Amino acid sequence: MIRLERRRRQSRAWALATPVLAVCATVATGMVMFALLGKDPVEAIRTIFWAPLFDPNLASYARPQILVKAAPLVLIAIGLSLGFRANIWNIGAEGQYIMGAIAGGATALALYPLDAWWIFPLMITAGIAGGVAWAMVPALLKIRFNANEILVSLMLVYVAEQLLASVSIGLLRNPDGIGFPGSRNLQHYESAANSELITGTGIHTGVIAAIAVALMVHALLRLHRLGFQIRLAGLSARSAAHSGANPKRLTAICLAAGGGLAGLAGIFELAGPAGQLTIDFNVGYGFTAIIVAFLGRLNPLGIVLAGLLMALTYIGGEMAQFMLNLPAAAIQAFQGMLLFFLLSMDFLSRFRIAFGTARIN
Amino acid sequence: MTEFFEVGELSKAYPGVQANDRVSFSMDAGEIHALLGENGSGKSTLVKMIYGIVRPDSGRMTLLGQPHAPANPSVARSRGIAMVFQHFSLFNALTVAENIALGMHRPPRARRLDDQIRATGSNYGLPLNPNARVGDLSVGERQRVEIIRCLLQDPKLLIMDEPTSVLTPQETGILFATLRKLASEGTAILYISHKLEEIRDLCNNATILRAGRVVATCSPQEKSARELAEMMVGSSFSAPERPNSAFGEPLLEVRGISLRPGPTFGTPLKEVSFTVKRGEILGIAGIAGNGQDELVSTLSGEASVDSGDILVSGASLGRTSLESRRRLGLLVAPEERIGHAAAAEMNLVENAFLTGADRMELARFGIANWRKARKFAEAIIEKFDVRTTGAASYAGSLSGGNLQKFVIGREILQDPLVLVVNQPTWGVDAAAAAAIRQALLDLAASGSAVVAVSQDLDELIEISSSIAVLNNGSLSQPRPVANYTRDELGILMGGTHDIRLTAEESNDSA
Repeated sequence: MIRLERRRRQSRAWALATPVLAVCATVATGMVMFALLGKDPVEAIRTIFWAPLFDPNLASYARPQILVKAAPLVLIAIGLSLGFRANIWNIGAEGQYIMGAIAGGATALALYPLDAWWIFPLMITAGIAGGVAWAMVPALLKIRFNANEILVSLMLVYVAEQLLASVSIGLLRNPDGIGFPGSRNLQHYESAANSELITGTGIHTGVIAAIAVALMVHALLRLHRLGFQIRLAGLSARSAAHSGANPKRLTAICLAAGGGLAGLAGIFELAGPAGQLTIDFNVGYGFTAIIVAFLGRLNPLGIVLAGLLMALTYIGGEMAQFMLNLPAAAIQAFQGMLLFFLLSMDFLSRFRIAFGTARIN
Repeated sequence: MTEFFEVGELSKAYPGVQANDRVSFSMDAGEIHALLGENGSGKSTLVKMIYGIVRPDSGRMTLLGQPHAPANPSVARSRGIAMVFQHFSLFNALTVAENIALGMHRPPRARRLDDQIRATGSNYGLPLNPNARVGDLSVGERQRVEIIRCLLQDPKLLIMDEPTSVLTPQETGILFATLRKLASEGTAILYISHKLEEIRDLCNNATILRAGRVVATCSPQEKSARELAEMMVGSSFSAPERPNSAFGEPLLEVRGISLRPGPTFGTPLKEVSFTVKRGEILGIAGIAGNGQDELVSTLSGEASVDSGDILVSGASLGRTSLESRRRLGLLVAPEERIGHAAAAEMNLVENAFLTGADRMELARFGIANWRKARKFAEAIIEKFDVRTTGAASYAGSLSGGNLQKFVIGREILQDPLVLVVNQPTWGVDAAAAAAIRQALLDLAASGSAVVAVSQDLDELIEISSSIAVLNNGSLSQPRPVANYTRDELGILMGGTHDIRLTAEESNDSA
């Protein structure tokens, strides 16, 4: 007989091994799926994982793109991980990301064509504020009325998408755009542009910020009392209250961190790779970041690695789409598998598979 | 004549620990036999082998001259062994009869079962209404359901695991009468407890286990409670001493606090008032669920009162936060060790930081000083004799008694002005319990005020200067311990309610 036994405490070895195992299992099932679609499975996996990094013809384009994709994922995922650790489930980072971009972008567009050094920092501040403000809606509703933050934050994503559509064809539309939807392109507005810091590497301010935030949050969790309370709240809400943490304050802080970092990612994306606010400005980073947060075991440094891995599957997936004609849905299914396997493997770090009859001690 | 039940050279090893090492004892029919030992001494393993939950590595058991080697509990039950567990396995939403039918191999028809329950109940002084919903019953009545469930199987050997830990003195009295009657009819009873006075009162023989071995077999009436305890622990320990001193000024004043029940707190507090002076230990007795958690939470600041006020050294607390109460010197050790007082998946350094951060200055500008926290944790471990592999151990890896010493020690070493402890020795072995009680007495003697909330009357009588009883959210007027009889305390704890019920039920069934 096969049974599951709860481990006395989480196994550290399994905690480290599960992401690796999950990736292996995803690759194996992915190969089956690609084979069923009539594609060469080895070639597909090679195109997704190996070509973007090492293919002599593709790597020079793909490597910088990986950093460009990873930076927002890492920023958002780290913000979300603080909440997830404390059992506060912000699912609406996508909306907070959009609101950050709108707030920061609107700031820049209001000042156009002024040329000043302080415009970019101001945009970043506005971006963060936009994300925080959007996250405060679920926070306040939870604190005041005990409303479920999962539902509220998720619903606000759709509100933010409507707002984005509205401003990109209305309020923030490019007046010189001869009627096309979308704002001015910030890449062409030097004081507001988030351009590559070193040409050809993909490294923009957002990449630096992602690394800095990862280190800061790592230190916060290790050294600061707030980080201690966040960790404690995730293990036991009553213990956290006993240690003096105010659960309402913690809810507000964790949602603000998630919203602020999502907003930050949004403004970096808008001022850099995206350039302009359009109806389809958002591409799902806010949702993918949830996967990244868990893939990185809610650990800031793990999230950096997970973000890079996820960006790799994005770029590799795109390459597989146009080189092997794989459908986009197959790539999404492939990424979905990664979360599925991660969560199911995660079980092994909390439970042990035992054979034989029950033993009670 | 062959022995009624005999255990010979029974051994059982788990990875890293010899739970039972060649344990032997025997019982006659009609004997009430105590199994005595500290937590982790192997009592549970032994009983589980008898009941078929665990299989021994070696050794033998004989029941009525026949070899007894049950493969599982249902085999053990079919051979006439029944067990009442410390934690009940009852469904609150079902009636008494339904719960009993669930545990039976082939339950009789409902009408007949109801009659059997009434008959057995009145026969053994355990009146129960078969159609009452278990969720509405008191803890003592729930235990009756478990006992009647066992008695309906007509057991030859009945195992009782810590049956009185949840009972009032009156309920304990009723239980003992039942057990004596059963024994007089020839049922052998294996009685597990750590309450030495009870064992001396009830049991004919006692087998004392320590570290998996039988260290003594004796007649408990011929030994003092202290001798039994020393055999159990293997060393002599001093019973707490109560200093005789006058008390100082009031340190904690609680003035008419009330709390409406909410989602977190089920029992309302009704105008609770008391005062604790410097050097005094106030014991708050009561059966669990009568507002203990609510009272302790309002004192700690985790719940805010709807009306009334709490004063520490004359300063009103109002709605001040838990942290500022700590700074004022009001410290609280809650009942749940794991998941409230401490986090299982954090190590002892982090758990020391959990409540010690402010008063021990373990953080500056919010930055934790883990080195200082480690020193604090090590000081607790050393001063309170916490048995652990070190401060880096996870709290969840400590035994209940050791973790409780850590939790209480953590508060005491912060030099509290007022310390509130909830169930300070619940589920703790005798040696650790004695150490904790002594620590509380020492703390009071050094000039603090202590509030001890406990279900264990013996404990409160031992350490408290005065006792008040919490019943359904109301607190009785505190009185010096000497002014009470045990019966009075029991009645205040809710015994009155039970006795009335008992009388009604008896009339019904008569």
